[in-house]
Amino acid sequence: MNLVNSRQKKSWLLTGTILVGSAMVLAGILAKDRVPKPRSFESLKADQATVNKVAQEVDVVFAERWKGAGITPARPAENLTVIRRLSQGLTATIPSIEEIRQLEKVSSENQVEWWIARLLEDRRMSDHLAERFARAYVGVEDGPFIVFRRHRFVSWLSDQFIVNRPYDEIAHEIVASTGLWTDTPETNFVSVTSDPNKDGALDPIKLAAKTSRSLLAMRIDCLECHDDFLGTIQLGEPDDVRGGEQIDFHHLAAFFGQVQNSLAGIQDSKQDKPYEFRLLEDTEPSKIPPAVPYLEKLLPAEGTLRERLAKWITHPENKPFARATVNRLWAVMFGKPIIEPIDDIPWGQELPRELEILADDFIANNFDIHRTIRIIAATKSFKLESQYEGEVTVDHEKLLAVFPIIRLRPEQMAQALLQATSLVTIDYSAGILNRLESFGRQNDFIQRFGDFGKDEFTARGETVTQRLLLLNGDLIRERINGNLLAPNKIAAVSPDEKKMAEVAFLACFTRYPTSEELNHFLTRIGESESKPKNEIVLDLFWAMFNSAEFGWSH
Amino acid sequence: MNQENSQPTVGCGSPYHLNRRSVLRLAGLSGLSWLTPLATCLAREAEKKHAPAKSVILLWLEGAPSQLETFDPHPGSEIAYGSLARKTKSPLIKLGDGFEQLAEQMDAVSVVRALTSDEGDHERAIYNIKSGFRPDPTLVHPSIGSVICHQFEAADSKLVDIPRHVSILPGGQPGRGGYLGDQYDAYKIGDPVQSLPDLKANVEGQRQKNRLSDLEVLNSRFFAGRKRPSNTQNPFGISNLDASLRMMSSEQLDAFDVSKVPSADRLKYGDTPFGRGCLAALRLIQAGVRCVEVTLGGWDTHVDNHKLQAGQIKILDPAFASLIADLRARNLLESTLVLCGGEFGRTPWLNLVGGRDHWPQGFAVAIAGGGIQGGRVVGETTSTPKPEAKDRKAELKNSHPIQDLHATIFNLLGINYEEELQTPIGRPMKISQGKPIQELFT
Repeated sequence: MNLVNSRQKKSWLLTGTILVGSAMVLAGILAKDRVPKPRSFESLKADQATVNKVAQEVDVVFAERWKGAGITPARPAENLTVIRRLSQGLTATIPSIEEIRQLEKVSSENQVEWWIARLLEDRRMSDHLAERFARAYVGVEDGPFIVFRRHRFVSWLSDQFIVNRPYDEIAHEIVASTGLWTDTPETNFVSVTSDPNKDGALDPIKLAAKTSRSLLAMRIDCLECHDDFLGTIQLGEPDDVRGGEQIDFHHLAAFFGQVQNSLAGIQDSKQDKPYEFRLLEDTEPSKIPPAVPYLEKLLPAEGTLRERLAKWITHPENKPFARATVNRLWAVMFGKPIIEPIDDIPWGQELPRELEILADDFIANNFDIHRTIRIIAATKSFKLESQYEGEVTVDHEKLLAVFPIIRLRPEQMAQALLQATSLVTIDYSAGILNRLESFGRQNDFIQRFGDFGKDEFTARGETVTQRLLLLNGDLIRERINGNLLAPNKIAAVSPDEKKMAEVAFLACFTRYPTSEELNHFLTRIGESESKPKNEIVLDLFWAMFNSAEFGWSH
Repeated sequence: MNQENSQPTVGCGSPYHLNRRSVLRLAGLSGLSWLTPLATCLAREAEKKHAPAKSVILLWLEGAPSQLETFDPHPGSEIAYGSLARKTKSPLIKLGDGFEQLAEQMDAVSVVRALTSDEGDHERAIYNIKSGFRPDPTLVHPSIGSVICHQFEAADSKLVDIPRHVSILPGGQPGRGGYLGDQYDAYKIGDPVQSLPDLKANVEGQRQKNRLSDLEVLNSRFFAGRKRPSNTQNPFGISNLDASLRMMSSEQLDAFDVSKVPSADRLKYGDTPFGRGCLAALRLIQAGVRCVEVTLGGWDTHVDNHKLQAGQIKILDPAFASLIADLRARNLLESTLVLCGGEFGRTPWLNLVGGRDHWPQGFAVAIAGGGIQGGRVVGETTSTPKPEAKDRKAELKNSHPIQDLHATIFNLLGINYEEELQTPIGRPMKISQGKPIQELFT
């Protein structure tokens, strides 16, 4: 009897859940204004002139390079192409049909700025940006059990990005915060180095390596074991640049020598606990004091060791910090950084002028990430076509005379597939069931496709496994064939074949079909008179998902 | 590729050159053979005795097996802690007690003991062993299988429709293409009784043709707008599209399917995923695959070492032994190099919970086929290591760094291990930093 009651209860519970879920989905679909106008559009527009001014400085740099190399740059891209680029770079997804329709109501000259304003208010942007930065800070693994909460760290970072908190403040907290990894999520930057085989001890060496890489774009890890003998690591004062030495790395690690894991979370020991290490030439470990590898004058005398290091890193005169950040933002938007590898910008050398212009502006404007994003988006290089009339040479690509064509990362591919087959925008305003389903499907896809890990901005090719997944995998099959999803709906409700093709192209490629493409599609419809029309649309979606245009950002 | 094989010059590689034995005698008498170029000539002569191997099977024991319970037992010594050893068909080799079947094949298998590396962390050590290089933050090095596929690309392109680099039951780091490109990554599969995913087209016949025709229209437009100089590769994965379509309809896919093998032949490998993986490796090699790695995890025995190692050996023994026996029976052992080992060894001492910890300072791998002599032992570890010793290498005899194993493998395949490949940014990088282990050739 009890068992029957229990089953009945479960049955009611299930029915109720389905009804509530369906109501939420319907509410989501039927909401009148599902693509709200960006609140900040007008205020951003007011200061667009200062943004454009910096962008124009960058444009001059590129124009001189193209002229010097005798290269004619590509034509400016269509607004829709730029908008797709912005979405893929800043949110990992592509614009939905309803978003494109809303955008088309905005005057042509305002569309790009309108779209940027929308994206900067969009939680998808901050989540995506947080994940990209988190990979540099804490990697992609789950890390040590209990003391590391990656999800909390990424959420915290997203919270900072959405309100556009000055980046120097964010970095300071990441390096110097104390507390528990749960209620002070920024401490996970430190707690991820906890070693369960050493009673949870934190690792100053790992901390030094990732601090220098993620916040200063300096790969000095090699110095952990030996002096630089390849001449690739330059350190020292600006007027006295020298090769990196093993002790430089350990001086930096010494700033983390007092950090410890306790019941109160990440804390700095009050006791004088010197950092010790046995250097290559020594037979015994020695005490190594904290010291910075360049610009010593910027290191404050007061505070805990980590606070002093954080203040030194984020000091406005410590340009590597700003360079590291704008180089990463450039990579997020272009798909590749100005300087590669992304976390290895030389010290004491002349650097690309565009990097310096952006870094100087970043410092002068209180480490404003949103502003740097707007500047990059306003450059001519960002708005060039990826298509070109003549041959695209190595110089064209190197000098960004055409927009780079970069393979989509797994999360970009998955989200583009999900969005292209959804009638509604998959964002925070979408129904919870829709978002949960998308999240689950995305994770399954990424697992099969393979995550690019920490080095996600390194150019990657394609494997047979990945190609087979696109040709025959479950996600594409289910998203193409689903009765309630875009391909079948477009086939069912489009007033004519031309409209059908146009909407399909907009959903997948964020553009209208060319006349040749339209003719091909209409011919296919004509040849297949006896077959259901939706079959042709489903085939077209499959072809688009497998195309280079869909799989590569352009 | 090593081009020297085909050059009939009267140089180091020539049969008309000095007789090897006479030179050895002279050089040995002089006591200076290691100082002279003659040593190099001798080495090259010995290396070229056999036709190059064609394929590699790597039985990857992830977690790091204990050398003392597997390929380098010291029965009766203090460090054995009661572990026994078993005689084998090779008078020179004793194996851990559990290798009942492999013992019968050891006339074809050699053991390299006293291998060393500088990596004692699993992740870094796996990278080191699989690529032959220590982890480098500026570069991802290709694994053995990726280099082999890269070197034989032209020869294989029209013969093999399925991936030439396969990882069965992949562990933490299946073989990667690294700086050679993701197209050389291992194709990863699970237990070979399961069907391969994503190989069947979602639609058939004319409809699939229509889809491919739609795709061609879309791609043509995109490529037309991004014309590249004729001497540069199309970067948009089109070669993988062709390769995938070829693979989907290839009869060579049967090689993955061990369910068609008579049960007696299948079960002798052990009724385990690893056993079936080894059987699939044999079939894949026959189909033209260049490198197959089959992973058996569970060797990281920090607790209760003896019991856990014995459990894994029970899985490894029938699979390894049957693989060698079947390769011999099919006359494939000469052309197939088989390696078995993990990322490092385990400490000679038991810890407080009966486990052995990480030990990269003298571990062992088994190696067979591909033209090397079986039944040999290279290198020697001590039965009485001193816990306080600072120079571990001083306790080893004829030790080799792990890089030498790599040079040996490439050399057996006729690949010039000293050749420099170019990374994407034009950085020259040697295929291997080691030297072949001569005792395996002579």
